[in-house]
Amino acid sequence: MIAVFKRELNGYYKSVTGYLLAAVLLIFAGIYCMVYNLSGYCANFEYVLDAMSFIFLIAVPIISMRTLAEEKKSKTDQLLYSLPISMTSVVIGKYLAMLVVLAVPMAIMALYPVILSQFGAVSFATAYGALIAFFLLGGCLLSIGLFISSITESQVAAAVITLVTMLLLYFMSGLAGYVSSESSSSLIALGILVLLFAVLLYYMSKNMLVSLAVAIVGIGALMLWYQADSPAFSGLFAEIMNSISVFDRFDSFVDGVFDLTAIVYYASISGVFVFLTVQAMEKRRWSE
Amino acid sequence: MIEVRHLTKRYGNHMAVSDLSFKIEKGVIYGLLGPNGAGKSTTMNIITGCLGATEGDVLIGGHSITEEPKEAKRLIGYLPEQPPLYMDMTPKEYLRFVMAAKNLPVKGRDGELDSVMEKTRIAEMQNNLIRNLSKGYRQRVGIAQALLGNPEIIILDEPTVGLDPAQIIEIRDLIKELGREHTVILSSHILSEVQAVCDAIMIISKGHLIASDTAENLTAMLAGTTTLRLEAAANESSVRAVLDHVDGIEDLHMMQSSGDATTVELKPEENTDIRARVFHAFAKSDIALLEMTSVRASLEDVFLELTQQEPLQEAAPQDQQESDDKRKEDA
Repeated sequence: MIAVFKRELNGYYKSVTGYLLAAVLLIFAGIYCMVYNLSGYCANFEYVLDAMSFIFLIAVPIISMRTLAEEKKSKTDQLLYSLPISMTSVVIGKYLAMLVVLAVPMAIMALYPVILSQFGAVSFATAYGALIAFFLLGGCLLSIGLFISSITESQVAAAVITLVTMLLLYFMSGLAGYVSSESSSSLIALGILVLLFAVLLYYMSKNMLVSLAVAIVGIGALMLWYQADSPAFSGLFAEIMNSISVFDRFDSFVDGVFDLTAIVYYASISGVFVFLTVQAMEKRRWSE
Repeated sequence: MIEVRHLTKRYGNHMAVSDLSFKIEKGVIYGLLGPNGAGKSTTMNIITGCLGATEGDVLIGGHSITEEPKEAKRLIGYLPEQPPLYMDMTPKEYLRFVMAAKNLPVKGRDGELDSVMEKTRIAEMQNNLIRNLSKGYRQRVGIAQALLGNPEIIILDEPTVGLDPAQIIEIRDLIKELGREHTVILSSHILSEVQAVCDAIMIISKGHLIASDTAENLTAMLAGTTTLRLEAAANESSVRAVLDHVDGIEDLHMMQSSGDATTVELKPEENTDIRARVFHAFAKSDIALLEMTSVRASLEDVFLELTQQEPLQEAAPQDQQESDDKRKEDA
């Protein structure tokens, strides 16, 4: 695991990727700090983080696109498979390297509140609370990027799919608001989600029977539930989307609340996607 | 050392390897021989744990590759068909990474690195980026990677493909050298290579093991077909007349005849040397023998015969259909 971690980290800083990411992150942190804190006479660094959370739309694909897709393309994955190390430690090593690449520019950003405190009263608790949450949000999104990289064959495909996924996540609660709050439209929206999930399942497992079963059972259950209690569906879709939206969870930190449930949520999402990545890599060995 | 038990690998409907079983003994260089698409790489990938088998198991030094992969993989050094190199590293960095991943004792790493680089002769390129190395050097870095940790078994998938003749000879010498201390399995579709390097040969065709023996024994299998080719200074009918009186000729085949010179191929009865008899017969009839050669069956003939008779035994059309389908999928 340490060997993979070191190699990956080296790879990021030997190529332009690590520096590019640091530059992008610091430029935007600088611009927003200038606008909100310095020009706006406001000592709340968390507002800067809130304004620049969109940066992950670019940052995540930059970091995660090459990590596993490139191994597949250059056939170096065969080396990883033949070495006496488990796929879990390979994936965790890679994930930790990605986290460090994100952590390095954020460590520089952690100096900003200290600098600001020279000119006024800064609430360090809320500033650093938000900074930690910002990092965990990034870690959670990176795990999704890692997973996408493991199921794609090329860097470009991985980057595009990751970007689209990040866009959807970013605008998820906003888009969900456009679905009318009537029960029937909630039902339809949820039905489409179940179908999408079944398609993804088919893409992953190539098992038509299981995917069809999931689609039929899922939609059947929705229909039954709708028959039994249609008022419960009113506004349900938007509610669900809001509660699973990773970006929205970050807002409470900006408001000065250190939301433990959000921390647990980010950690769980990261864990699930790292696990799924290991499974995807293991699966490739069986059905190449 | 390695025991392959009833290995089967299916890709959809296509059987890449079907019910393959063999044993690898310690300290022998094995050649896995077969035409392209015979299942050589698939077999090697399964042995090294890069690929899961549909059925069957592989035991390496008593450890199952599926159940105790770490113990089993520690005994193997593997060079896949395409050397798995990170282009953004130098050979030195790359080999250090592999040593760390193989979890070799930190103390001995420097010595190990130097000895492996010396063996594979890459020391002078150790600080150049792998991206800038020639194919021959890349191949050697790939072999060096397999040698790290001094594993008992070295598996090389088509180690000489794409190299120039001088490099091929170098790599072959290296493999022979490795054979003194390690068990080596290499795959190839080039007969002369396997013949030159390997002690034992396994011929694979369409996922089946169809022959497994030493090179000499395989050639001896067809030794019965040793033929005698001769050219005599006479026309066809007089040559035939002379040979009619020689005992021990099973079959006679006129190759070509141009008035005053005739070429004939003779198949002697088994275990009979008819050369002296043929000479005296021609001498008695006062016909000059211009040439007489024994033509031994080469390994090439054995190979062609074995790989070609295989589809006849199987249900050939169906097999063909399947591999066509597979090709379409690949496209």
